[in-house]
Formats: sequence, structure tokens, C-alpha cells
Amino acid sequence: MAGAVEWRKSLVEVAGVRVALSRAGSGPPLLLLHRDTGTLERLPFHDALAERFDVLIPRHPGYGSEAQRADWMRSVRDLAVVHRWLLSALGIERCAGLLGLGFGGWVAAEMATMAPRDLDRLVLVGPMGIRPPGEDHILDQALLSYIDYARAGFHDQARFDAIYGADPSTDQLVEWDICRETSFRIAWKPYMYSQTLPHLLGAVRAPALVVWGAEDRVVPPSAAERWMAGLRGARLEMLPECGHCVEMERPSELARLVAGFVAG
Amino acid sequence: MEILYFTEQPMSAYPVEEGRKFGATALMFSNRHFDPVAGSRLYNEYIEQYRLAEAVGFDGIMLNEHHNAPFCMQAKCNIFAAILAAITERVRIVLLGNPLPLAENPVRLAEELAMVDMISKGRLVSGFVRGGGQEQLATGVNPAYNRERFEEAHDLIVRTWTEFGPFRWEGAHYQQRVVNPWALPLQKPHPRIWIPGVISRETVVWAARHRYPYIALNTTVEQTQRIWKLYDDTAAEVGFEGGPPYHGYLKQVHVAETEEKAIENARQFMWMQGEFTGLAHPVWSTPSGYSSPENRRGFVEFSVGRGGNPRRRPPFEEQLASNMIIAGTPRTVIAKLRQVMEQTRPGIMAMWANDGAVSHRDSMTCIRLFGQEVLPAMREIARELDLKSPFEAATPVSLAFSADLAPKAPAAAAE
Repeated sequence: MAGAVEWRKSLVEVAGVRVALSRAGSGPPLLLLHRDTGTLERLPFHDALAERFDVLIPRHPGYGSEAQRADWMRSVRDLAVVHRWLLSALGIERCAGLLGLGFGGWVAAEMATMAPRDLDRLVLVGPMGIRPPGEDHILDQALLSYIDYARAGFHDQARFDAIYGADPSTDQLVEWDICRETSFRIAWKPYMYSQTLPHLLGAVRAPALVVWGAEDRVVPPSAAERWMAGLRGARLEMLPECGHCVEMERPSELARLVAGFVAG
Repeated sequence: MEILYFTEQPMSAYPVEEGRKFGATALMFSNRHFDPVAGSRLYNEYIEQYRLAEAVGFDGIMLNEHHNAPFCMQAKCNIFAAILAAITERVRIVLLGNPLPLAENPVRLAEELAMVDMISKGRLVSGFVRGGGQEQLATGVNPAYNRERFEEAHDLIVRTWTEFGPFRWEGAHYQQRVVNPWALPLQKPHPRIWIPGVISRETVVWAARHRYPYIALNTTVEQTQRIWKLYDDTAAEVGFEGGPPYHGYLKQVHVAETEEKAIENARQFMWMQGEFTGLAHPVWSTPSGYSSPENRRGFVEFSVGRGGNPRRRPPFEEQLASNMIIAGTPRTVIAKLRQVMEQTRPGIMAMWANDGAVSHRDSMTCIRLFGQEVLPAMREIARELDLKSPFEAATPVSLAFSADLAPKAPAAAAE
């Protein structure tokens, strides 16, 4: 059904910045929080969700040339509050689903700990935000080129080539650099995780689904055990032969999992 | 003219081939290739060279620091500053400089520098730098706040030096409950601050707006002239006349007893695979947020091999021909330095005299020849060209301590 979904773009004034929002579909509201590498305008995964939900995809402030940066922002928890503010500015009282991809999963988890009762379902896909056990660590983009880091998100490199091109454009590299700068501003140290979030996860009341690519090289799947220990009664789906960017490697499978969990 | 002796303090005993194989000589290039026995010998040779530099008549010794690289053995320039404060009698101790953003507590830096100033009996010149990109990663400091931290740490240090405590500091990056160190600089109102740099336009403008001399680090003659133009235009806007006392220039200059020997040793200026501060990894050397947004496109292109390396140097012969590198007998070197001094008119010159694997013996010969022949000739040329140092011109230490300002309206073309 590519092309059938009409995405509406708007700017919403929140916390001193204009947050860029894409919105499409109808049904219960579902907030989708994107990765630390930003998000492409259109993905088959987005369209698939719009068949079932009123999908809202805000750009995190500072994540891309289209996303005005909030210079005051110092933490991922700040970003979570900005997205809560965005929801109330839009008059959305309850979210049927809060879906976070990778870094966006960290933001979603922070949001879910804050006001546990206004959320029906939480879905986290390979979330950052909690330090993996032992010697495992979240892949540090500070030491990697933009392309190497983005490629590390894919188990199937052909999927990367199909989405970003085998040799991504310089415009895309600039976008990644802008995103990276904002990640450094708010998640530099400790890198890409919170020391307090594990202690707060118990506040989450919404049932949670945690999805992980078994071949995730960005956030080691070993981190899943820490999430499962923190989120009461959460369900874990480990997808074989899949990397960190599940929505780009397995769009229809992830859309089915989300629709089954959130609507059901 | 103020003439400084400088060496990067190269860790020349590292296996060059390993660096080439690894593809970078900084940050992640393993310190398993560092040899502390050679390190101990080299540090002590450098101390001997500094003693000789004072004895033969250099006005000052310039120190700096880098991290995680064989390029430079000084991990903390204040340590060598402390040594020089005690073992020398006359030379200025010129730090170019302390990388301010790396400091978690700038008041501690202010204390250390005040101690150096008192122990040296007022011989400190305290330069400040932003630190290279990989330095931010080596020390875990957020590159995205590099410039903000630089400016705030500077403001805090100057206030610590010039205002009696106790006072409180509530900044964006530094908060201090009590600022009241019992160590204050001997020099009043405070030690001179000089700002070295290479490519950042903002730093040149910032230095000029504070009336601090700007030291161009190993730039080409044309780049240097452009930097002075920008500096002097900014100076006119804030109300003082730029010119030689505000212009410093670091150059690679090696002197030997024969032309052949000098050229052979000068090739060592290329020892870091022909790059300025070592074989740089394109990602580590420019972390996101570290450089100005207008350079973003150039750096991302370089990072994936699409653009040229902004830090790459031309081949040796070309650098010799363009006076980027000057080498020869004193007679040859004096003639070339005259050209450069006429073209760029600095009031401060730093002689980066020995690098790489130049032997201790040749380094000592080089320093001796500088003292016997090159320095007297440079002083003569400087007098002839009226190239006054900040000390000779008795310039104020900063804009804030200036009593002679006459600001002009900015030029219409200025941004």
C-alpha cells in the first residue's frame, strides 16, 4: 500500500523549540520515538502502523537539520519530558501505544516511568538506556565513522544498501553528524545509558513488549535480561537473523508484533 | 621581538611501522608501543636542551601538551612548567597552552599556574587552547561543549586571578561553592595570556576581542597573513591597533653545521607521516560538535574519504620551497627567516627546532647555533623591521585592563 498513506507535517511549540511532527492514519494514538541516527521521512514500517493507528512521529529536537535543537537540554530524561509536553500540547490524554526504537526506546521507558497510568502499552525495540551486564557495552559511535556506525545497526547489509544506498550521500552524513552532536550533548557520560533508570522501571504500569534482534551489534541482546528484570511481566521477543534496526530489517514482522500487542 | 624555543617532545622511540599499520598514531594506538625506559631518557634530554636554550639566549621556552600519542610526550604542560620554574633563571615559561575544556576544575588550574608564576618569579605566560579532538575523547570530555567550556573556564581563571575571594561561581559548565585559592600570581594584574591556534576563525576573533596575542601554529605565510588581517580588523572594532605585538608565529626551523645535515634532520619534521599532529583518524580527530557548524560538511566528507584531509601537509620539498620548513646552516636559515619576517611581521616567534628522531647531540648543536648566530641576526632584523614584542611595546595584558581604547564601527562587510 506504499503511497496510499498521507503523512501530515507540522511544527509544535514545546519547551522553547518547534518540534517537527509527522502524523498519519487513524485509530488509537501511537507515539513512535526514533533512533539516535534520526529517521527517514518515509519507511514501509511507518505506513504499516498507520493502517491501524493514529501514528505520531516527532523528531527529537536536534536530531537532524529539520529538527531545531534545544540548547538547554542536558539529558535524555529532559527529552522524555519534552515528548510528554508535546502529547499534552496536542491534547492527547492517553496513548494506546508508546513505541521506542533503540535510543527512542530509552526515551519511551523514561516517559513510561513518569506518569504510569496514561499509557496502555509500551513497546521497546533494542532499547538503549541501561548498561548491559559484564563487559558488554553499547556501541560507542564516538569512535566510529558515520557509515560504520549506521551499518552496525544491520545484520543484513543488503537491507542497509537498499535503504541508505551502498554509499550514503553527503547530505545523509551531515544529518548523522547533527544527530551525533545532539546525542553527545545529552548522553555523553555515561554513554547512552542511565544509572538511575533501572531503579525506576518498577514504576511502569503499562504491559511491555521488548523486541530484540538476536544479532544486534549496537545494543547487546544481553541487556534484555536487565530490562526483563526491571519491567514487571514484560514479554520478550528475540528475532533471529536480525540486527539492531528491526523496523528496517523486518518491517512487516515488527508491525505485526506491535499491532498484535498494542491493539490486543 | 620575543623568540621562543619549542619542541613537541616527541616520543621518538615508538615503532613507526606499527603506527602506519594501525592507520593512526593517536587515541587508540596502543600504549604497548610506549617504552618508559626511552621515555625517561628523552624527558631528561629535553630538560638538558631547555637549559641550553636558556644559556644561549632564547627569550622563552614554549611548552604544550597532547594525550595518547607519540607525537608529544607532555601529558601535562604544567609539570614541565614547574620544572623550568625551578631550574631556569631568566627565560619566560610560555605555555601554549593548557587545554581549558579538559579541566574539570579550572580553579585548580588557576592555582597551579599561580604557583608556577611565583616560583619562577613572574616568568609565566599562560596560553590557553581548546585541545585537539582526540584529546576530548582521551579525557572523556564532551566535545559538543568544547568552546563553551573554553570560554567559561577562561573567565573563571581570570576572575580567580584578579578578584579576591571568597566568591561563588555558578556557570553553565562549572559551579564552585568557594573560590578562594591561597595561591595568586605574582604578575599583576595577571600573567599574560596568549592564544595559539591553527584554523578556527572564531578563536582568532575571540583572541582579538580580548586583546590577547594570537600565535599562528605552523601555518603557511598566506594563512598567517589572513589571520593577521582578521585579527587586526577585529582589534580596530574593539578599539586598539593590532600589529606585531599581537602576532606570534610558530615555525619549523632547524639549524645544523652543514646544509646536508640540516636537510636530513629537517626531514624529521615529517616524522608523523607528514601530518601536523600525527597520523589522524578522521573520526577521532574531529568528534561531532567539536568544530564550527560551517566546517561540518568538510569534516564529514573527510571522515569517509570523500574530501581532502584538512590537516594534511604538502611534501617535504614543497614545504622547504615555500618556507613552511626552514633548514640549513645559520646563513641559509637567517636569509629565509628574514623573508618570513618581512612577509608576516610577527612580534613573537617560536622556533620549533627539533622533532622526531633528531639525536640529542644534533638538537644541542642546533640550539647552540641558534644562540651563536641566528638569534642575534633575528634581533637585528626585528629592530630594522620594528617588530616589537608585547613586552617591548608594553601592551596591556587584556582588553579589560586597557585604558587606551578607541572602538571603530565594524566594517559593513563584517558578519
